[in-house]
Amino acid sequence: MTGAQMVWEALVREGVNVIFGHPGGAILPTYDALAPYEESGKIHHVLVRHEQCAAHMADGYARATGRVGVCIATSGPGATNLVTGLATAQMDSIPIVAITGQVPSNLLGTDAFQESDVVGVTQPVCKHNYLVTDIHELPTILKEAFYIAREGRPGPVLIDICKDVQTATGLFRYDMEVDLPGFEPWPSVDAEALAQAAELINRAERPLILAGHGVQLAGVSRELMELVEKAEIPVVTTLLGAGNIPESHPLSLGMGGMHGEAFANRAVQACDVLIAMGMRFDDRITGRLDRFAKQAKIIHFELDRAEVGKNVVPDVAVIGDLAETLPALLPKIEARRHQVWIQEINEWRADSQATDILNYEVDELIPPYVIRQLWHCTRDARPIIVTDVGQHQMWESQYYIHEHSGQLITSGGLGTMGFALPAAIGAQMADRNRLVWAVAGDGGFQMTLQELAVLKQEKNLPVKIAIINNGFLGMVRQWQQLFYQKRYVGTPVVSPDFVKLAEAYDIPAVSVRKPQDVVPALERALATPGPFLIDFRVKEEVNVYPMVAPGAAVDDLIRRPKPAIVQGYSGVEPHW
Amino acid sequence: MKHTLVAWMRDKPGVLNRVSGMLRRRNFNIDSLQVGHSETPGISRMTFVVDGNERMVDQVIKQLRKVIDVTRVEDITDKPMVARELALIRVQCTSETRSEIVQIVNIYRGEIVDVSLDSMVVQIVGSEDRVDSLIDLLSQFGITEMVRTGRVALVRGTTERRFRRSTAVWRARANGTASEDARLTTGGV
Repeated sequence: MTGAQMVWEALVREGVNVIFGHPGGAILPTYDALAPYEESGKIHHVLVRHEQCAAHMADGYARATGRVGVCIATSGPGATNLVTGLATAQMDSIPIVAITGQVPSNLLGTDAFQESDVVGVTQPVCKHNYLVTDIHELPTILKEAFYIAREGRPGPVLIDICKDVQTATGLFRYDMEVDLPGFEPWPSVDAEALAQAAELINRAERPLILAGHGVQLAGVSRELMELVEKAEIPVVTTLLGAGNIPESHPLSLGMGGMHGEAFANRAVQACDVLIAMGMRFDDRITGRLDRFAKQAKIIHFELDRAEVGKNVVPDVAVIGDLAETLPALLPKIEARRHQVWIQEINEWRADSQATDILNYEVDELIPPYVIRQLWHCTRDARPIIVTDVGQHQMWESQYYIHEHSGQLITSGGLGTMGFALPAAIGAQMADRNRLVWAVAGDGGFQMTLQELAVLKQEKNLPVKIAIINNGFLGMVRQWQQLFYQKRYVGTPVVSPDFVKLAEAYDIPAVSVRKPQDVVPALERALATPGPFLIDFRVKEEVNVYPMVAPGAAVDDLIRRPKPAIVQGYSGVEPHW
Repeated sequence: MKHTLVAWMRDKPGVLNRVSGMLRRRNFNIDSLQVGHSETPGISRMTFVVDGNERMVDQVIKQLRKVIDVTRVEDITDKPMVARELALIRVQCTSETRSEIVQIVNIYRGEIVDVSLDSMVVQIVGSEDRVDSLIDLLSQFGITEMVRTGRVALVRGTTERRFRRSTAVWRARANGTASEDARLTTGGV
């Protein structure tokens, strides 16, 4: 069979039924071979408007399903457009396979039309990548690519296939063994380290779990819950760890770090044993490293050896898959109660809640209120919320109460503006009956709004869109306000009328300006089959609080200025 | 402090670029780097010298192991080893200085590998210190060109563990479904 057919045969064997892509000259033979697979319903191709969004859609699809997402693009500009999407997936450990066309192998290196060194360009942002110049290597490479993307710590893999390889014929087999000496996806668990970790946890008086994305990737929310309840350990999550344990649970402290709640960060700084699970001590969660969790013995549960000691040197490192290490740890843990510790945290929590912006008597529309109402209206439907990057992303993580792992899809590591809409489309393509909300700011939404066309093209794909529209690149403006003396350079955004824009794409939409109109608009969106867009014209200069200034310690917080009128304000001044 | 690391990697196109690109991206200071064939067909051996503290070197090793084509990495700094470097030096000479240069080179057990009327090419193999000190001496005569290989090293005494080829046995399975197979680790370090 031809190389082009091999690509689709491999995808079918890998269980891929949706791909996201954009055709072009160098990938045309592969597109041509797709026809019978489309007709028989084996593989559905989603045409994107920009290749960056093909990668984001594959990313959203992978996050929503746990399977490998696949995107496809042509050579040159098509392939270079994928880079941002690949980097996003690499930073957040998402398994995607990107297939790109390349000029015929005899033209490689001649600066041919639409040639670019894709393997060179994407090397730093991929887990691995391949240039295929020989048809006989293609089946093995396809198999290796999926294997590498999925096994161990997931990540993006790119296959760049020369046009002559797509048309050449060769023997196809897919039952060979993957032979990758030196690729060790699943390190064996060290029982000694596990015993040491258990002993530290059992002796702890003020234990705390920092749960990250790894908990979701390993699918161990239930085991984590068992551990938490057995030993009564409070949990702080990272942004990507949102919902690892239900956030309504009394032992959940929500997100920590730069925009984490003050009580969560205080708990991190005050604990005596810090149990980090599937997280990499990103600077956004640790703040200043030399003042991070100074009193704590640190236990690091981690699959990727390179993450151990990269930012924080742990006292005990348990290397291995959380799906193995956590169940092995559970029987070694004694049932305990830490009443004094929990009570202390709850006092801090009350203090934080007293200064919550939702206690203000404002008759203006503020973003946290919108997010909280979104939660009220959608909580029972177990939706997937896909956010863009910026202030609305932080408000979402603070004010939406995530009840299960994987409920929040967001670009954490790279912070890619424009991620929400395409990733939401990818998540929705995985399951049309699931409720998917894309929440974006006015700035980020305009980076990828051309994908609105896909909603219509995919037979009214029912993605609901909420734009938190404050007329600014809000997070950058907030930094300018706090650190650059309010010199708002380049941050005021002029936006189109999003309602009219949606109408142009034949998508029903409504604009909301008053708090009392929020719930009716949300209910209308939920009652409307197919896509719906709401443009929330929120109060302009609202800041995300609390905030840890870059380079400060996580308990060195900038708190919300004391409000004028607060219902139920206890009068307790913050301690810092 | 300076560490000597040895990495073995599959001899695939672009593998040097993968490794050097990773080192550059992670902002590691590499003093020297040398690649060549190893005793195993299809496996290249890279020797490099890293300047940094324990934590940085630990990161270098761990990040190297993550590169898919790298099969094994070892830090041989604290092991007894033979470390050598080769340098070719073109040094200016006149009829007066020629014999003096030859004497110096002989003391250093170097070789004169090419002579012309106004210059000659000196070859020296030895530890970096010896190469450095010969270069110091020759620089008074005027060095017009020089090339150095960077450090290559072997552990002394015991024969090094042969590279064992190991295979991950893995059967095709549907994308994302749970696997009944035991997860077998591949070889490597």
